[in-house]
Amino acid sequence: MTITFRNETFRDDFTFRNSLYNIRRFPFPFDRDEYMYSVNMEPHVRGKKDSVFENLIDVDEHYVAEMQDRAIVLKEDPLRCQALPHMMTAQWDTLELLMEHQARDYPEHFTLTKNGDRWRWINRPLGIDDTFTFGDPSTLPYPPMEYITRQAQGDFCIVDQRDNNLWMDAGMVTTQADWSLDFDIGMNFMEWHGPVPLAHQIGVFDRALKFLLNLQQGKPTRRLNWTMTVNPRLDTSPENYHKWGPDRTTVTPENVGDKMHLRVELQSLWRLPRSNAILFVIRCYLISLNELVTVPKWGRRLPRVLKSLPPEIVDYKGLTRNRPIMIDWLAKYDDGAPTSAGIHPD
Amino acid sequence: MSLNTDMPVRVADVTQVTDLVKRFRFERLDGHPMPFFSGGAHVVVSMNDNGLLRRNPYSLMSNPDDNSAYEISVLRVPNSRGGSIFMHKQVKPGDQLIVSQPVNLFAPDHRGRKHILFAGGIGITPFIAMMEQFSRDNIAFELHYAIRSRAHGAYWQQLLDRYGPRRIKIYVDEEKTTIPVAEIADNQPLGTHLYVCGPAGMIDGVLMTALKAGWPKENLHSERFLAPPAGLPFQVFLEKSNIHMTVGEHQSILEAAEAHGCDAPYLCRGGACGQCETAVSSCDGTLEHNDIYLSDEEKASGKKIMICVSRFKGQQLVLQL
Repeated sequence: MTITFRNETFRDDFTFRNSLYNIRRFPFPFDRDEYMYSVNMEPHVRGKKDSVFENLIDVDEHYVAEMQDRAIVLKEDPLRCQALPHMMTAQWDTLELLMEHQARDYPEHFTLTKNGDRWRWINRPLGIDDTFTFGDPSTLPYPPMEYITRQAQGDFCIVDQRDNNLWMDAGMVTTQADWSLDFDIGMNFMEWHGPVPLAHQIGVFDRALKFLLNLQQGKPTRRLNWTMTVNPRLDTSPENYHKWGPDRTTVTPENVGDKMHLRVELQSLWRLPRSNAILFVIRCYLISLNELVTVPKWGRRLPRVLKSLPPEIVDYKGLTRNRPIMIDWLAKYDDGAPTSAGIHPD
Repeated sequence: MSLNTDMPVRVADVTQVTDLVKRFRFERLDGHPMPFFSGGAHVVVSMNDNGLLRRNPYSLMSNPDDNSAYEISVLRVPNSRGGSIFMHKQVKPGDQLIVSQPVNLFAPDHRGRKHILFAGGIGITPFIAMMEQFSRDNIAFELHYAIRSRAHGAYWQQLLDRYGPRRIKIYVDEEKTTIPVAEIADNQPLGTHLYVCGPAGMIDGVLMTALKAGWPKENLHSERFLAPPAGLPFQVFLEKSNIHMTVGEHQSILEAAEAHGCDAPYLCRGGACGQCETAVSSCDGTLEHNDIYLSDEEKASGKKIMICVSRFKGQQLVLQL
């Protein structure tokens, strides 16, 4: 299928919108009417057609605009992309994985031709046609991870495995929900999850780490995570908090449907073959409340979920000020009818 | 329920390496390339021995950058449970087997400035793939390889030819030469990592010597696959699957469960990875923990068992499986 890429912005005038088709494929993260942390991981296998699970590396109508936004972030702050020296093999693993998936699932837009180590990569939406030697970084205009993640939606962390732990040793992070690669680089799994409330106490991270240490080649896994963002801004980083933090005070009952966005991360984890590292893809999807309530099931369920949240999670996700405004505004979409199980629209 | 990513393969070649070691080359039946892997990885090979399912882990020893085939080497162990005997006696070129995706529980630390490898006997196999990687990436390494005799030792001549005597040191029992572990451990630059694979006594000796010399334990790596030890047959009840079964003399609980159609999780089948950890509901007898995964406290608590290698003595064992 040929995707029509939108011309839009994630900053300043915020012209980002979802098409009707894209609204219905949104990965709504709540499979029931309440929410609590859990080790909500499932095999990352192909799912429903016309959902974000149709392909394992999803490319959508926001691709070109997201890549332009990433280039702006990197220009202002090159430390959003970092790799420790021992991660070079994992960088090549990442390049191979992303090129192979994009070329296989979107042949109209991407083509990969291999002749031994001599590879040719064509990216039509971004107007790129490069020939390079796999394994030789000097043949690419950027190091391999930066090269390919300037051409792939989502944030990417490459996690090294040693001493029975996972280490954040490389990444491209420009569309994050208030965390910083520059701060976390070199940390282990328990350290970088330190700030999350409640989940440590119920043993979520111990179990998740054990599970991930045994992640197998050929069996990627995924989970959904969520928060909410005022305005469709991809770069909600601690580094730029002064730019987006104050946005929270601009929400009113009149503009909440337009300004408030549900922000969902489709996180997928892949064992990389050559390096034995794990690629952690954090793909961010945004949808305004106005767009979201066009799906009746989601309009009913979201206010119920927001009402049921424990105060620690409300605080951690930065929802304290605007939760009541959202619940009031969403009330008219909840007629009290039961909702069907699962996340997909009825 | 686990997603099945096992690969049916054809035995492309069988080579007699020494009187007790054979090398097997596997190609995929569907003609696709093998997945790439990292040095130190192993696969689990499934064999159909006259209706009896055998699954044994073997280190991959082919070049990790060569995705045309996988190679393993198998030592014939006379008193083994039968896997190595089956591979030696039954498996011929053209036969079909099932091979799992590669799993690496013995990966090199990529931060290492230098890597020192200690191999004993068939423990050489994971290092053959590792050395390919080190040499490709221009990373410093040296191998200290102990063999019984030059006739029995596998691959030592090829390795000497390939990497030269400065990087490959051979020690021969028959010639009364032994690895000077203390001397080697005593004199290494900061950032060196040490790896050992071989008989249990050798692994313990090398690790102990290095710790005594002041090495941080994060820089010490070992791979020991434990073959499930034999023992008396015993009764197990799998609660969730509602299966009563007898675990035979030369069978593990995991193998017995599989024979009864229970899809239990596993990875290494050698007591090391933790994947097959199973909760014990009740135990009218004594658990014989043979794994290296559970802590001493966990073993003492009697609430968990690694079903790939551990056994039981007593009336009845009930597992949450």
